[in-house]
Amino acid sequence: MRTRAWAPYALIAPTLVLMLVFLVYPIASVGWFSLRQHTVTQPWKNGFIGLENFRRMLFEDPLFWQSLVFSAKWVFVEVGLQLVLGLVLALIVNETFVGRAMARSLVFSPWAVSGVLTTGIWILLYNPSTGIFQQLAQWGIGDPGTSVLGNPDTVFPATVVTELWRGVPFFAILLLADLQTIPNDLYEAASVDGAGRWRRFISVTLPHLRDAIVLSTLLRAVWEFNNVDLIYTLTGGGPANQTTTLPLYVARKAVDSHDFGYGSALTMAGFVILLFFSILYLRLSKFGSRA
Amino acid sequence: MTQTLIRPEVALDPPPPPPKRKKHRDPSRYFRLHLPLVLYLLFTLIPFYWMLVFAFRPAGETALVPWPITLEHFDTVWNGIGFGLFFQNSLIIALGTLVVVTVFALMGGYALARFKFRGQKVFLLALLCTQFIPGAMLLIPLFVIFKGAGLLNSLTGLIIADTAFQLPLALILMSGFVRNVPVELEEAAMVDGCSRLRAFFAVTLPQLRPALVAVGSFAFIGAWNNFLFALMFASKQDKFTLPVGLSYALGEFNTDFGALAAGGVVAAVPVVLVFAVVQRFLVQGLSAGAVKG
Repeated sequence: MRTRAWAPYALIAPTLVLMLVFLVYPIASVGWFSLRQHTVTQPWKNGFIGLENFRRMLFEDPLFWQSLVFSAKWVFVEVGLQLVLGLVLALIVNETFVGRAMARSLVFSPWAVSGVLTTGIWILLYNPSTGIFQQLAQWGIGDPGTSVLGNPDTVFPATVVTELWRGVPFFAILLLADLQTIPNDLYEAASVDGAGRWRRFISVTLPHLRDAIVLSTLLRAVWEFNNVDLIYTLTGGGPANQTTTLPLYVARKAVDSHDFGYGSALTMAGFVILLFFSILYLRLSKFGSRA
Repeated sequence: MTQTLIRPEVALDPPPPPPKRKKHRDPSRYFRLHLPLVLYLLFTLIPFYWMLVFAFRPAGETALVPWPITLEHFDTVWNGIGFGLFFQNSLIIALGTLVVVTVFALMGGYALARFKFRGQKVFLLALLCTQFIPGAMLLIPLFVIFKGAGLLNSLTGLIIADTAFQLPLALILMSGFVRNVPVELEEAAMVDGCSRLRAFFAVTLPQLRPALVAVGSFAFIGAWNNFLFALMFASKQDKFTLPVGLSYALGEFNTDFGALAAGGVVAAVPVVLVFAVVQRFLVQGLSAGAVKG
């Protein structure tokens, strides 16, 4: 086909410009900020301080390590549960049954709901005076609810369940998309060979889904690592910083204390971790081998 | 009209297998399929229902089925707290982002799918890598940029920020869709004397309608829900979006659960409606190649 050489560049130009200005340049400037003392509220103190922010972060800031550990725990638990439940949900809504389209719309719908809105809904549900535990207690089931979000023992499971509500549907959508690409012949052939339902799942479905599972798990891990809005509004990182993730810590340094220099150093630590995930993702997705 | 005129997206789900073994009610199906589905539906819907109950129930009541329903909470949030204005702001931002993202994604997606050009691989790699960059971690430099450009407290600024963060994924999705439209159709039109541009608008674009719906709704939902940027870049109350307004309601109207729930309903209804309509395109869009790069 006759093409003008400049045409593709003209077509991607707007995207390229936006990416350079709002993604590439900010990353570079985070690197620069991280080497500076830069607090909006104390501009007279601002200046180049080398690696001082990083020294402070690694050796003098227990909250940095605490947020890192919580981030890891959060990602591991959240993504693991989302994978299992999402796979089960995808398998269910991939079956043929009456009302399937309706069921899909309903069970997927929380995905469309934002972090803040999810928080609003679940705060109503968890609240000791308005919530579901109070209601259940009235019916004689369980104890009258204490505040699950204010109690250090229950805040983690409560936060995990809330994010599951929103996250499982998205996992299910991803996996459903891949389930639908499995040719039906494979199942028929397996049935003819005498494979039962479980055997068909193990020998046909799982191998076919393997790539999608690996890649969506990695992608989801990154997204859950980056998740801020839900935890920020649900617990604010509390009680006693128990649910503060690294990005949330960064956001609070930026939004609350306007400490841009130190916040940038924390950001760099986050980038190092994300870099590891990105490389893993690109290797596993065999990027470039198809192009 | 003939079979070929049926729109392609109808073929998304494999056709239901012929009822070859219509067993007389396989009881294990209830445990395997219906029971877990019902349980999951409960998990999904109870929180929504809880919100609806509080939004429509008069203050002080405790009935689980609100009757008679009241609209006083909606009056409070819409007129009293200003959710009417927040709704309008959110709508402007979401529609603006939808338009810009869809147009740019269409351009770029077409370029990726139909041309081979130097730097294509690097560009695609860059697009993929953006999926790993957290908006929250770029808040600091973005704030500085926005301040310098005079874009703080402006709806335009938020449209630009949302566009920048959503465009890469939208573009990847769109290129998958374009690739699924046979290039031969376009070529045939060009042999018939169409210019490339004309061939695109006359032949390819109509085929891309489901793609436009999917990508556009992604953008709409994403922008409608964006919280951190709006929180950070729009600090004046007349520029608040619904998520920001709602987050303040979480903190400040701690005792007025009816107002909180009504605000939630106002914020939820548009996105949930959009989502219900487009979820099948969504599944299709993801199979078109987003996950596999």
